[in-house]
Amino acid sequence: MHLFKRLFSVIPVVFGVLLLTFLLIHLVPGDPVEVMLGESASTSDSEALREELGLNQPLVVQFGHYLNKLAHGDLGQSIHTKTPIIELIKARYPATVQLAVVALCLGVLIGVPMGIYAALHAGHWQDFVITLISVRLSAMPAFWLGPLLMLLFAVWLGWLPVSGMDHHASIILPALTLGLGLSAILTRMTRTSLLEVLNDDYIRTARAKGLSERTVILRHALRAALLPIITIVGLQMGSLLAGTVITETIFSWDGIGRLLVESIEKRDYPVTQACVLIVALSYVLINLVTDIVYQVADPRMRHA
Amino acid sequence: MARTFALTILIFWLGAVLLARLLDIHGNAIDLQHILASPSLRYWFGSDDLGRDILARVLRGAEISIMVAIVVTIINMLIGVTIGLLAGFFGGKLDRLLMQITDVFLAFPGILLAIAFAAVLGPGMLNLVFALCLTGWVSYARLTRGQTLSLRNRQHVQAAESLGATPYRLMSRHILPLLTSLLMVEATYSLASIMIAEASLSFLGLGIQAPNASWGAMLRDGVRYMLVAPHYVLIVGLSLMSLILAINLGGDYLRDKLDVRTA
Repeated sequence: MHLFKRLFSVIPVVFGVLLLTFLLIHLVPGDPVEVMLGESASTSDSEALREELGLNQPLVVQFGHYLNKLAHGDLGQSIHTKTPIIELIKARYPATVQLAVVALCLGVLIGVPMGIYAALHAGHWQDFVITLISVRLSAMPAFWLGPLLMLLFAVWLGWLPVSGMDHHASIILPALTLGLGLSAILTRMTRTSLLEVLNDDYIRTARAKGLSERTVILRHALRAALLPIITIVGLQMGSLLAGTVITETIFSWDGIGRLLVESIEKRDYPVTQACVLIVALSYVLINLVTDIVYQVADPRMRHA
Repeated sequence: MARTFALTILIFWLGAVLLARLLDIHGNAIDLQHILASPSLRYWFGSDDLGRDILARVLRGAEISIMVAIVVTIINMLIGVTIGLLAGFFGGKLDRLLMQITDVFLAFPGILLAIAFAAVLGPGMLNLVFALCLTGWVSYARLTRGQTLSLRNRQHVQAAESLGATPYRLMSRHILPLLTSLLMVEATYSLASIMIAEASLSFLGLGIQAPNASWGAMLRDGVRYMLVAPHYVLIVGLSLMSLILAINLGGDYLRDKLDVRTA
């Protein structure tokens, strides 16, 4: 029941996202066609583009056309290269997904063990140091953490490539830039929820049964403690996706974020519009999946 | 200890910015004899790719960043609190409509929507403020609405209502005052996040335009010249982070002092 409700709740949000991205182009001050083509453009060129974008028609009709085209998988075409935008997205999207997934894995692989370690040493200096680092790290924006990592690992130590996508190792620095913030949040989350669980009766029972400390922590405590982590990962995917815009720009990673920035620089607004739409829809989808996974993972939620 | 630390950094920055203002240091003077110079007695923080004094530009950038953050926070708070109060107080259809709108804004991850708005509006200070306002009011609206919803049924509000108080009076005199400490804490944190958002936009070339100094644009230039002048990006980044850290610590202090639980 709840699942259906959740699924239906996505509809007005998606509609709103479509409307807002559609309206973007109408926020361009003055004449959008003139802004995009430049003042030197000939009248016939401007008219052709105006016609193509349907800017002569009433707003409602334009929105209808926009939705209709989207439903047919048509995102329009780039103003400058005339390439269908869907092709551009297809070419760039996988790189962003790859980056986001690696960042997510790094975030979890660093964050969760650190959190467990901190929880097991709660009150000691190890806990103090980890907490201090994770608080600072989670407040670091990509445009600061990225250059720092680049400077340290690529320029000074020379271990990793500075930027680009030519090498397998190229993904490490951008993924770390995105993933370290997430890992810091996960560290604190894991620590807190593990500490809460560790005092529960069933943990004492497990210990009383004579199970090894390792089994108690990894099989019994962590399982319960991991639930809130699913939510955090889902929520953090948003800032991760937004972070790709800046991270991809820093590291010359040819994903959708860089496509967005390039389109802004060239004033190719239909491409900008499409990128924003795709990223927002991905985010809506991720949130939906997170909610569903959470329900599947937590038996208590199925009957709620 | 953290409080003293935060306060010291804040006072240091505000003092330095004020001093730069008084001495009319703008950091726009070009010195092509000394481009990308390392820190020295002449240029304490070194110089940038046009030989401009990085220290002066960092101070100028701080001033602009702080101003933008304050203006945007105030506007966001006014819009968000009004919408949140109306939605929470009147409930029903109005509430559903307003919350549906905030849901749409929240469907855009992070600063993506601000990037989109700034992109189509074009660069410039005013458009930057506009883009940050278009997206920043949502969190205040959510927060205020939630609080108003529960305060609405408090006895003192009900009592005032049965005595004939108008909705406006109920909201402004009986509900809003109870929200002040929560909003103050929220506003402090948002100062920091708006400074980061502003720097992000300027980093992408969407914010404050040359020759005006801005931390985001300086960071971008710093990355560009990282191989020859690593001090550039390091100094600007450390400056930004120290101010952000101080503001966040200030927020933590306010939260504990005012005994506010934030979401």
